[in-house]
Amino acid sequence: MFDNNLRGMIDDVRDGRMDRRAFVKRMIAVGLTAPLANQILAIGGVAMAQSPNPYKPTKRGGGGPLKLLWWQGPTLLNPHFATGTKDQDGSRIFYEPLASWDVDGHLNPILAAEIPSIQNGGLAADAKSVVWKLKPGVKWHDGKPFSADDVVFTWEYASDPATAAVSSATYAGMTVEKVDDLAVRIKFKDPTPFWANAFVGAYGCIIPKHLFAEFKGGKSREASTNLKPVGTGPYKFIEFKPGDLIRGEINQDYHMANRPYFDTIEMKGGGDAVSAARAVIQTGEYDFAWNIQVEDEVLLRLEKGGKGKTLYAVGGDIEFIAINFTDPNTEVDGERSSMKTKHPILSDPRVRQALALLVDRESIKKVIYGRAGRATANYLNGPEEFVSKNTKWEFSVEKASALLEEAGWKAGSDGIREKDGKKLKLLYQTSINGPRQKTQAIVKQACQKAGIDVELKSVVASVFFSSDVANPDTYSHFYADIEMFQIPMTQPDPALHMRRYHSRNVATKENKWQGPNFPRWVNKDFDAAVDAADTETDPIKRADLYIKCNDLMWQDTVMIPVMHRLAVEACSNTVRPALSGWANQTDNLQDWYRET
Amino acid sequence: MSQYILRRLMIAIPSLLGISVVLFVVLALAPGDPFSELATNPNVPPEVQAALRTKFGLDDPIYLRYLHWLAAMAQGDWGFSFVSRINVDTLILQRLPTTLYVIGSAQLLALLIAIPVGVYAATRPYSLFDQLANTFAFIGFSLPTFFTGILFILVFSVKLDWLPFVYTDVPGSGIPWLLEMIRQAIMPVMVLGLFQAASMTRFVRSAMLDVIRLDYVTAARAKGLGQAKVIVKHVMRNAMIPVVTLIALQMPAVFGGAIVTEQIFRIPGIGSLLISSILANDTPVVMAVTFVFACLVVLFNLIADVLYGWLDPRISFR
Repeated sequence: MFDNNLRGMIDDVRDGRMDRRAFVKRMIAVGLTAPLANQILAIGGVAMAQSPNPYKPTKRGGGGPLKLLWWQGPTLLNPHFATGTKDQDGSRIFYEPLASWDVDGHLNPILAAEIPSIQNGGLAADAKSVVWKLKPGVKWHDGKPFSADDVVFTWEYASDPATAAVSSATYAGMTVEKVDDLAVRIKFKDPTPFWANAFVGAYGCIIPKHLFAEFKGGKSREASTNLKPVGTGPYKFIEFKPGDLIRGEINQDYHMANRPYFDTIEMKGGGDAVSAARAVIQTGEYDFAWNIQVEDEVLLRLEKGGKGKTLYAVGGDIEFIAINFTDPNTEVDGERSSMKTKHPILSDPRVRQALALLVDRESIKKVIYGRAGRATANYLNGPEEFVSKNTKWEFSVEKASALLEEAGWKAGSDGIREKDGKKLKLLYQTSINGPRQKTQAIVKQACQKAGIDVELKSVVASVFFSSDVANPDTYSHFYADIEMFQIPMTQPDPALHMRRYHSRNVATKENKWQGPNFPRWVNKDFDAAVDAADTETDPIKRADLYIKCNDLMWQDTVMIPVMHRLAVEACSNTVRPALSGWANQTDNLQDWYRET
Repeated sequence: MSQYILRRLMIAIPSLLGISVVLFVVLALAPGDPFSELATNPNVPPEVQAALRTKFGLDDPIYLRYLHWLAAMAQGDWGFSFVSRINVDTLILQRLPTTLYVIGSAQLLALLIAIPVGVYAATRPYSLFDQLANTFAFIGFSLPTFFTGILFILVFSVKLDWLPFVYTDVPGSGIPWLLEMIRQAIMPVMVLGLFQAASMTRFVRSAMLDVIRLDYVTAARAKGLGQAKVIVKHVMRNAMIPVVTLIALQMPAVFGGAIVTEQIFRIPGIGSLLISSILANDTPVVMAVTFVFACLVVLFNLIADVLYGWLDPRISFR
């Protein structure tokens, strides 16, 4: 019924019987988010509203300096080599994509003249091609005109395996061709309902063909432009010291009216998060600091009578505990956690459910994450339209004990449960990081009450997240019973986020543990739903499929979501940044200004 | 003399080779890789991370990697940073001026405090001044710089709002620029300088006390020379010999930077480059910084020895 109503409403909007704002409001009323509602309209054949960020200044420049503090300084300025978000943030000052994600998660045209939709002929009905129209009259910082050739070249550059670009996957499975000087067509191999991955956001930054053409492929490292970016962005490059400082000045030829507001920009790196928060909130030496992963208690203290405040951007980043479905203690053909084994304890769903009941999310939120976290039962937490309403979580030692009892784990003489002479003992690993070790302690305590002996292990982050095949301590080897970390959602679409756990992606010795399905969970229904969603062009059916995926993970207790984490930034009271939980902090830098 | 220096330099070659082998092996055996940040990014499949490892030769056997590095180093190629993908020498040269300025000023400050205070305290042992100087020296070198650094920030930046605590390259030139450069260096220079001065004061004082009791000093006084002349011309000259050696041996630290203090004040020096490269597993940079540091230590050891002989002709070179 909902489905029919929705289709009716989409028609109403298209034919002008209902205004798009009313549509979005109604969607929000039934639990959909604004970005979803807009995507629905786009697929339903209604052009996306151009919803720029609020911007007051009436002339370009005159805003003085903008001082940004990144406690990990950007180390390189080529967006296609950007290993961390810090590098993406730095590159984004100078380079621009065709569109960015705005505050509400809408596409906001940057170098594009308009956002493709079925109505304006940009989107093909079969979701196999997209035509992007480019803004005319845009100039690179060196004065050369920007054109479709640059967009096509960016695709060639990033998708060439010899370039070793980190964005290569974003540009795989498609071809990009020039329609005319101000239009490009992306052709996808398969129907691609989420077409706004290439040329959008951090990995979507367009690089100038005339400066990079000679440095495609194996010679990519030698380009001097890697260190002296020439982009189309609101600020022009002055100086870069890796890990320390980026300086830029206003681009007087910028292609958006009255923008940018600031005359110069400085991005300073180094130090730690607490003192970065101090420099913005307490002393006001800087205007904005990134990624303030500091205990809420400390932030609240700094904010009292301060010169700044913290800002929170809601995205889909999820901190979770993953459960190993294979046996980490048995070696088969030189591989532990082999697909040929089953976990002796955790393959029983009752034990997994008991574990989920033992994660005290309320306390974890209160003690550790504060305003920067939201307790959730879902693995998939955004955008709204993809969030399941069918799940719930609770914390109950009694219920967990009862489940374990039912599963045959009886209390032993030392308080630890046992079954067939075997102790209920689990190894719980994570990376070294203050909040994670505290969460480990909270979970361990609850487990002890329920008679589970939990051994804690913490691994240095650079090892835990490395792809070193020989190192057994990485998250993808998963030589432990349960493990905890965070997976960020870098775009407002769940496709990549959910595809990880398809059974074909299981991490094994054979694929050098590169398969992203590290819990080694296999579920036919999940596989079918992910496969169907990958090519489903009806946004409503597609959202349903992802909700089903999320619910399957919840029913099977593959992941125990610990916290839906928000991005935390510190900002001066006078600066008005344009932030989005779905993008890099600098993704809408052109719209930042200072209230005077 | 020149033969002695030549021989010392020849001996330095095998020891530097040994140092480089140890450094390289330790770094190669350390787990982790520079691309771990890519791991949880759903936009980047793990194959990309693996391809980068292969491209940068991280999957080659250790001895091959070492030989590659050695061959390149012998030709003056320091390699390139995995993280920034730029040449290591560029990276180091960018950081060197700041390090020299801040750490150098701190050493200078330390000397300016330590020598007068140490000398004066030694001329009046167990006087009130000596007791005070001793007490402050003990406090000074007992308090670690990460503590005094944060204390200074809380007092002078947060409470009083006099000084900035983020050290950055100020654009511009002229007098205002110079003043700003001095203003922002005050806190780090004080923190480092006072820490150095504390231990150096103790050293100067005891070196002076050793000499001041000698017979020739009594003889000088008996000749009727004034106190100032005795102390400066006769006592200090000899007492400073070990101090000069100490200073020479501390010179490599001026180039090596101060890891903790640089981190606290966000000083873009060699120390912060080293620590961020270690954290990011950026082996070529760590290797270059530590190896250059090793070379400097060997070199300044030699200089100290030569200086020692020059200051004290009783010591001969063989």
